[in-house]
This record gives sequence, C-alpha cells and structure tokens, in this order.
Amino acid sequence: MLEFIQQMINGLSLGAIYALIALGYTMVYGIIKLINFAHGDIMMVGAFVGYFSLTLFGTNIIVAMVFSMVVCAVLGVLIEKIAYRPLRNSTRIAALITAIGVSLFLEYATIFILGPAQKVFPEAAFKIKAYNIAGLSILNKDVFVIISAVVLMLILQYIIKWTKTGKAMRAVSLDMEAAVLMGISVDKTISITFAIGSALAAAAGVMYGVYYSTVNPLMGIIPGLKAFVAAVLGGIGIIPGAMAGGFIMGLLETMVSGYGNSLYRDAVAFGVLILILLIKPTGLFGKDSGEKV
Amino acid sequence: MQEYKNNWARFCGEVLILAALFTLVQYLITAGLLDQYYQINLTSMFINIILAVSLNLINGFTGQLSLGHAGFMAVGAYTSVILTQMLGQPFIVGLIVACMVSALAGFIIGVPTLRLKGDYLAIATLAFGEIIRVILQNIDYVNGPAGILGITKMTTWPWLFGATILTIVVIVNLINSSYGRAIISVREDEVASELMGVNTTTYKVLAFVFGAMFAGLAGALYAHFFYIIKPETFNFLKSFDILVMVVLGGLGSTTGAIIAAVFITALTAALQAFPAIRMILYALILIIVMIFRPQGLMGNKELSRQTFGKIWSGRK
Repeated sequence: MLEFIQQMINGLSLGAIYALIALGYTMVYGIIKLINFAHGDIMMVGAFVGYFSLTLFGTNIIVAMVFSMVVCAVLGVLIEKIAYRPLRNSTRIAALITAIGVSLFLEYATIFILGPAQKVFPEAAFKIKAYNIAGLSILNKDVFVIISAVVLMLILQYIIKWTKTGKAMRAVSLDMEAAVLMGISVDKTISITFAIGSALAAAAGVMYGVYYSTVNPLMGIIPGLKAFVAAVLGGIGIIPGAMAGGFIMGLLETMVSGYGNSLYRDAVAFGVLILILLIKPTGLFGKDSGEKV
Repeated sequence: MQEYKNNWARFCGEVLILAALFTLVQYLITAGLLDQYYQINLTSMFINIILAVSLNLINGFTGQLSLGHAGFMAVGAYTSVILTQMLGQPFIVGLIVACMVSALAGFIIGVPTLRLKGDYLAIATLAFGEIIRVILQNIDYVNGPAGILGITKMTTWPWLFGATILTIVVIVNLINSSYGRAIISVREDEVASELMGVNTTTYKVLAFVFGAMFAGLAGALYAHFFYIIKPETFNFLKSFDILVMVVLGGLGSTTGAIIAAVFITALTAALQAFPAIRMILYALILIIVMIFRPQGLMGNKELSRQTFGKIWSGRK
C-alpha cells in the first residue's frame, strides 16, 4: 500500500508536467483547430532557457522559470506569426505539415547551436531533499512541481474565466466569425493564446529539467506526444479536460513502469490514444456534436 | 485505332528507355565504375522512390495523412530478415511474404483508424507506427533494441530496379483504373463521393493496404542491403523523411514523388557530414512549401512526354 501511494506521488508530479504541456495543445487546438506539433519543442526551448538562466546568470529556480516563460511566450507568438498565420485559411493538413516542419526546425536548430549532447541541470539550483512522512519519502522536487503546476493552473483559470482577454479567447474558439463581428481582434487573441500556451510549456520544461536533471535538444518529442495524448484523452479544446488527462497519463505511466514492464511505457501512451480515438474521439469531457456537411 | 497504335509505340518507347537505364547501371556496376559510395546512394535513392510513391498513394491521392509509413517499412524489413536469415528461405520468398505481412498490418491498422479524419488520423497512424517500433524493441527473438546484425547482402541492382518499376507500374495503373478514380474522388470530396455511391471506407483501406505493402517491400530491400536493422531506424523521424519527399514533390503526383525522392536522397548524401543542417533544410522545405505552394512543387500534375512536347513546341 505504501509503495502504491509512493507511486501515486511520482505519478502526480509527472502528470502535472504533462498537464501543463497539454494545456497549451488544447488551447491552441480550441482556437485555431491546429495540432501544434512544435509545442513539445517549445517546452524543450523553455528547459534550455531555464538551464542557461541558472548556469550563466546564477538566478534561483523561480526567476529562471519566469524568465523562460517570458522568452517562450515571445517565441510562441513569433512562430504563430511567421509559420501558422499565412496558413489560417488553407487546409488543416497543410497547417499540420507546417507544424511538423516547425518542430523539426526547433529541434535541429538547437542541435546546430548547442550540439546534440545532453546537459546536466545544475544541482546547486535545486537541492534535492526527502521528507519522511508516515513511512513515505516525499522529495521536495515533487512538492515543487506539483505546487507550481497547481498555481499556474489557477492563474490560467482566472485569466480564462474572469478577464476580458479570457472572454475573448472563449468567444473566438466558439465562433471566430461572430467574434470578429463583436469587435474582438482575432489576431491579437490568437497571439495571446500562443503566448500563454508557450509560457506554460516553458514552465513545464523547467520542471522537467528539475525532475529528470538533464536537458537535451530532442527531449520535447516524447513528453510532447504524451501531453498531446493527455489533451485528446480529456477532450481536445477543453481546458479542465487537459488537466485531468495530464494527471491520468502521469499516473498511468508511473504505474506501468512501477508494476509492469518499463519498456512498454511509451507504448501505453499511444495505446491509450488509439483506444480513445476509436471509442470516444471527443475525449472524456467532450460532448458529441454531429458532423456538419 | 490510331490511339491504340500510339499507346503501343509509347509503351515500347518506355520499355526501351527503362531497359537502357537498367543496362547502363548494370554495366557500370559490373565494370566496377560505380564504387561503394555511389552504390549505397543509388540504393537509398530507389528505396526512397518506392517509399515516396507508396506514401503518395495514401497522402496524395487518397488525401489521408498517414505518419506511420516507417512502421510498415519495419514490418517488411523484419519479416523478410526472419525468413531469409533465420528460416533459410530464398530472397524472393522473403520479399513476397514481407509484402503480404505489411499489407496485412496495413489492413489491421487501416480498418479501425481510417474512420478517423484529418489530423486525428495523422496522430493515430503516428501512434501505430511507434507501437510497432516499441513492440519490436521488446521481442527477444529479433534481439530487441539491439536489432539484427550481419544480414546477408541480397539486394542487387536487378532486384532493386525490378521492385521500383513494379511499385510505380502497380500504383500508376491503380490510380488510372476505376478504383483509382474512386480513390481520388474520396480526396476531392468525401461526402460527395459517398453520395455518388462510392464506398469511401473500402477505397481508403485499399489505398492504405497498397501503400503499406510497398513500404514493406522497401523495408525488405533496405534490410538486405545495409547489413543491420534495428527498431530505432524506423521511428517517426523516418516517416517524416518520406513525408518531406511527398510534400515537396506534390501531393498527388507520382512523377513529383519520384523527382523529390531523387532530390532528397542527393541532398542527404551531399549533407552527410552535417546532419543538423540537413534536418533544418527539411524543416524549412516543409514550412516554405506549405506556405507558398501547399499543393507541392508539381501539384497534382504529372511529368510526361506530353509535358516535354508542350515545352518543345512552346504551347501552354
């Protein structure tokens, strides 16, 4: 039983990271119906910005996280402006292929600049401590990841539910043309969505660095795909769905590696995706809507 | 009658050109004028042609974005190697069974996933491709992640050339048949073609199975040339490689796919020492082609004698 709870805690912190990445996927999909393949790589860039902020400028971990969120927000807006905006009226397949291109570009541009070797996240920036509570050993990095993820999610909920920007985002995702008629600047709203989504991914990247203590240029691919699965699991386009999906994926993955074969860890994520797509493509939180011809 | 005669003449001309090409390369190889480096690149080029033409059938002609082509390639490669190396069968049996098993894999994966549309389908095929890879990594019989080493080299120029021509002829004839018309109608407007009585699912699965079959053939040829196969070779980056060729050449143009496969292989060979730059170029090709010419360089036009004829006589 104790081991089970221990696994739960590990799963929750991994799930928190997935949930943060999944939020970006779901927000972007909700608003422009694009699977932003490059989202996992924005997380990678975030992790590297955090790494350099810790090693070159010697900031503490919170400052590093905020700094990388700002940098990635700008990067996300730029990517949208340069690569996705010209394709807004073309087919979704064309936009998806472009997103794959952006993803490859971020990965290999990073390899080109920094080399393919992985870098060790500075330990001094975050000293690992274990607290023993009732026989469980709880690491401070788990606490850090879960608390900062929850805080970010609360801020996101506040923005979406209570601010004018959030209202505009909901309006654009509901009906873009009607939103334009109501005087909402669609371009600006989409930019803000990319900025928020990318900032969340950057935060997840820094957490990933703390959690696994290494960063490398291709680290974004697999967490990106898993976070995407989480977004689909919860119902793509639905924000609470992405959060729930992320936590479910994290728990599932730690349980499979804890009690089963860790080599099948990645296959589980894809298996879940296929099951969801075949049984209930709208996701756990999604509502069925008839296809319009 | 006149047209029939023209067709016959055209057919003979094409056969002559192909036979000349075949004999020329065969001569260069036997005379030892083509060293190892060029032979490797020539082989990759023809394997890439098979892959690009077969993926183009799914992505270009049927309009169903599949990102799992490398998975089928892996199925073909492993099946053929198990047959030729472990069960001691001749190469031809390995090739045929590889095609059949990949086609079966395409059928098993295609039937459930082709109900999905657009980006969901893309992700589901990507997931299946990765699942094939993870399963191969966990089978001890084929050495798991380490892969199979020391495969006898059996892919010679006649096999390679024959397989490529077979792929192109089968796919071109499929596209020009009534099945092909139905397949293209699915791409143009799925709802409309369904209303006209086309069973869209059947044709989508058909195209998918044919695509998977030839990907398996390419995988088998690949395995018997490069001595080693491991699951990591067939990850989704390989699928993206093939996608780059199809996108660059034109979604729905067989000649476009061939030209792009040749071009991309040459580019890869030229940039061998700079893998990062090669991938950056791939990325830029994808982005720039999609923004400025989303139908690909050739669109859905084919390069043929008529095209040259038109350029020659200056007509448009």
